[in-house]
Amino acid sequence: MRRVVPPVVVGVLALVLWELTVTLGRVAPFILPAPSAIGAQILEQRGNIVDAALASGANALTGLIGGTLLAILAALAASRFRLLGEVSVPFAAVLNALPIIALAPILNNMFESTSSVPRRLVTGIVVFFPVFLNLLRGLREVDPVHQELMRTYAAGGWTFARKVRLPGALPHLFTGLRQASSLAVIAAVVAEYFGGLQDGLGARITSAAAFTAYPRAWAFVAGACLLGLSFYLVTLLLERLAMPWRTRLIS
Amino acid sequence: MRRFLAVLAGLLTGAAAWEGYKAVGNPDGTVLFGVRVLPRADDLSMPHLWTIAERLGAPELTGGRPVWRVVVDACLFTLGITTAGFVAGALIGLALAVAMQRFRVVERGLLPYVIISQTVPLVALAPLIAGWGGVLMPPWATVAVIAAYLAFFPVAVGMLRGLQSPSAAGVELMRSYAAGWWRTLVTLRLPAALPYLFPALRLAGAAAVVGAVVGEISTGTRGGIGRLLIEYAREATSDPAKVYTAMLGAALLGLLVAGAVSLLELPLMRHRRHVEVATL
Amino acid sequence: MTAVAISGVTKVFNPGRPDEVLALSDVDLTVADGEFVSLIGPSGCGKSTLLRLIADLIAPTTGTVTVAGTTAAQARRDQAYGIAFQQAGLFEWRTVRRNVELPLELRGAGRAERRAKAEEMLELVGLSEFAGHYPGQLSGGMQQRVAIARALAVQPPLLLMDEPFGALDEMTRERLQAELLAVCAATGTSTVFVTHSISEAVFLSDRVVVMSARPGRITAAIDVKLPSRDEAGRQAPAYFDKITEVRKALRG
Ligand SMILES: Nc1ncnc2c1ncn2[C@@H]1O[C@H](COP(=O)(O)OP(=O)(O)O)[C@@H](O)[C@H]1O
Ligand SMILES: [Mg+2]
Repeated sequence: MRRVVPPVVVGVLALVLWELTVTLGRVAPFILPAPSAIGAQILEQRGNIVDAALASGANALTGLIGGTLLAILAALAASRFRLLGEVSVPFAAVLNALPIIALAPILNNMFESTSSVPRRLVTGIVVFFPVFLNLLRGLREVDPVHQELMRTYAAGGWTFARKVRLPGALPHLFTGLRQASSLAVIAAVVAEYFGGLQDGLGARITSAAAFTAYPRAWAFVAGACLLGLSFYLVTLLLERLAMPWRTRLIS
Repeated sequence: MRRFLAVLAGLLTGAAAWEGYKAVGNPDGTVLFGVRVLPRADDLSMPHLWTIAERLGAPELTGGRPVWRVVVDACLFTLGITTAGFVAGALIGLALAVAMQRFRVVERGLLPYVIISQTVPLVALAPLIAGWGGVLMPPWATVAVIAAYLAFFPVAVGMLRGLQSPSAAGVELMRSYAAGWWRTLVTLRLPAALPYLFPALRLAGAAAVVGAVVGEISTGTRGGIGRLLIEYAREATSDPAKVYTAMLGAALLGLLVAGAVSLLELPLMRHRRHVEVATL
Repeated sequence: MTAVAISGVTKVFNPGRPDEVLALSDVDLTVADGEFVSLIGPSGCGKSTLLRLIADLIAPTTGTVTVAGTTAAQARRDQAYGIAFQQAGLFEWRTVRRNVELPLELRGAGRAERRAKAEEMLELVGLSEFAGHYPGQLSGGMQQRVAIARALAVQPPLLLMDEPFGALDEMTRERLQAELLAVCAATGTSTVFVTHSISEAVFLSDRVVVMSARPGRITAAIDVKLPSRDEAGRQAPAYFDKITEVRKALRG
């Protein structure tokens, strides 16, 4: 109860305040449309929102899966070969600080700007870094007691990897995935601002804004929020299923 | 030093891969089942690295300033916006974190929204905030608003973790000294929060750069690197190397901000342990 | 046969470097079959180092270590000993039962055999009801009992323990001491037990080996014969006499 009531109260209060400010203060819709207007647009445009969300969702999911698989392979390799790990971690950390989304227009040139490949590639690249960096950290951190214990069992390298290193790295993998899942949706939506095929939520938002249909644009933003939230929640669910021993998520 | 060598090695590998692919790749890309899975390797899509370097030195338009000057100027312009956004976002994040630490009910009411807003692509709002330019604030400030908006989440969450990190023993010790909330905050909680604050600031710096670049593009603000990127991308068919110079500029901007934020922590974190902060 | 025979062992860490440490100097020690030997001494005197030499987690600089009639390395490969540390070191992603099963699993024991053995060991340490729980759901004392059950699971002839009760409160400690003695008596296991508690060493051991630091070496070995090892034993004059004797030996 005490965990549910305050956020609900805050949410309702914020909506009411927003509505009142806009209607009583006669705020122009291009500054901020009223929630009621946005809600009406969500109902009216629900078919379009779902279509655009499916397109963006497919891009985000493809990029997320591709980037994650690649990151897992890379992290396994980097934890296996010392030199590779030593070189790749600082390099990846630097790349991760760059605005990777800026690659979008270049990828549009390198591939067709009429295919979904550039957006999915950008998403995959954005996803790669948090998964790679977190998983590699997890693979490297092994409890020294576990290490000694496995030595007393005369366990070989492969047994050690399977019984200790991989399960021990699972929480770190999911830390990376949680970040990656929301980044994937953000990248897939925002990549459309840089041109390329325009069939997702990002394109819908810009075109509605260009037609000064601001409540409609906000309705698509709401769709994007729901998409991001569902990606995040599915990741949390997977985490729960994969690690039943965790009593608390998100430490 | 090791880090520098590692980054250099990574860059060289990347450069070798680029030129290597150009040497062996199909100029028209590799198409599988109607989808181009490997990029075109021709000079229009993937110019030689030296072409890009030469382009940096050549004038932007015939008789104009050299491209590198234009790119650096654009970077500095965006750096200004990023800084304004970063500082505003960090301050708001800090204030929110302190409020959430002080009042349990504020934490309960706000934290779910702060976390949720990290998971949703609210930067998608950028084209809508563009409408504020010229009405509520100058156009460049709308971009800074977007940057600030992206920067404040990591700071709010990371700082809250940090403020809550002192042990019960530490808090009780302060109580035994009859220190009030403010003294406890200044002498115990703020110093304890530093190891959490700096990783959060680094995330916030990177987010502010993304916000500024995306913001410039969707608000159409002129003069910055994001805008330059889009303009040069449009000229890609006639002048393919140009867009890469703008991309290098965006990378430079990211490095500048990351470096500046790292410098911030040097004097304060010398004798402190480093912690991992996951804000999501 | 002797469970452990150590002769002329010296251990130097980081030889030839500025941070060179002579951790053990010329140590001889024999542990008979079924004997319970405690190692006691100030911290840094090399107790853990000695235990790890027996476990073949590190190699001696000079001298020989024989465990169950073979080299320490062979004994480790045969899983001829079970080991427990101060930290329980449980795997948080395995249930209590699967933690106890781990050494059996690595020996290639079948599923049914593993399960039966684990149940038996958990029964022994009184944790049968918690077999399906995860370590994160147990208290520190319970986790340590799981670690002991895990060390005993392969029914090793030798048990090595490095301050296993060091992080527990006095009540839990005394209960676990009694349980450990019962288990060792029932299985005839030989034990090398590192501790820095004099009363714990005296109560548990047939022999208390006293060590001193810089360089680490054995300064005394005190035989203990208590009339009984139970609550009455803890009140017996012989118990207090031995405690005094060990304390004097520790002062040097
Ligand atoms: N891996 C190691 N490298 C260097 N020195 C070590 C190492 N392990 C132990 N030592 C040193 O050896 C000495 C004995 O350590 P240890 O056996 O752990 O002592 P105890 O368990 O009796 O407290 C200490 O001085 C310690 O610093
Ligand atoms: Mg020790």
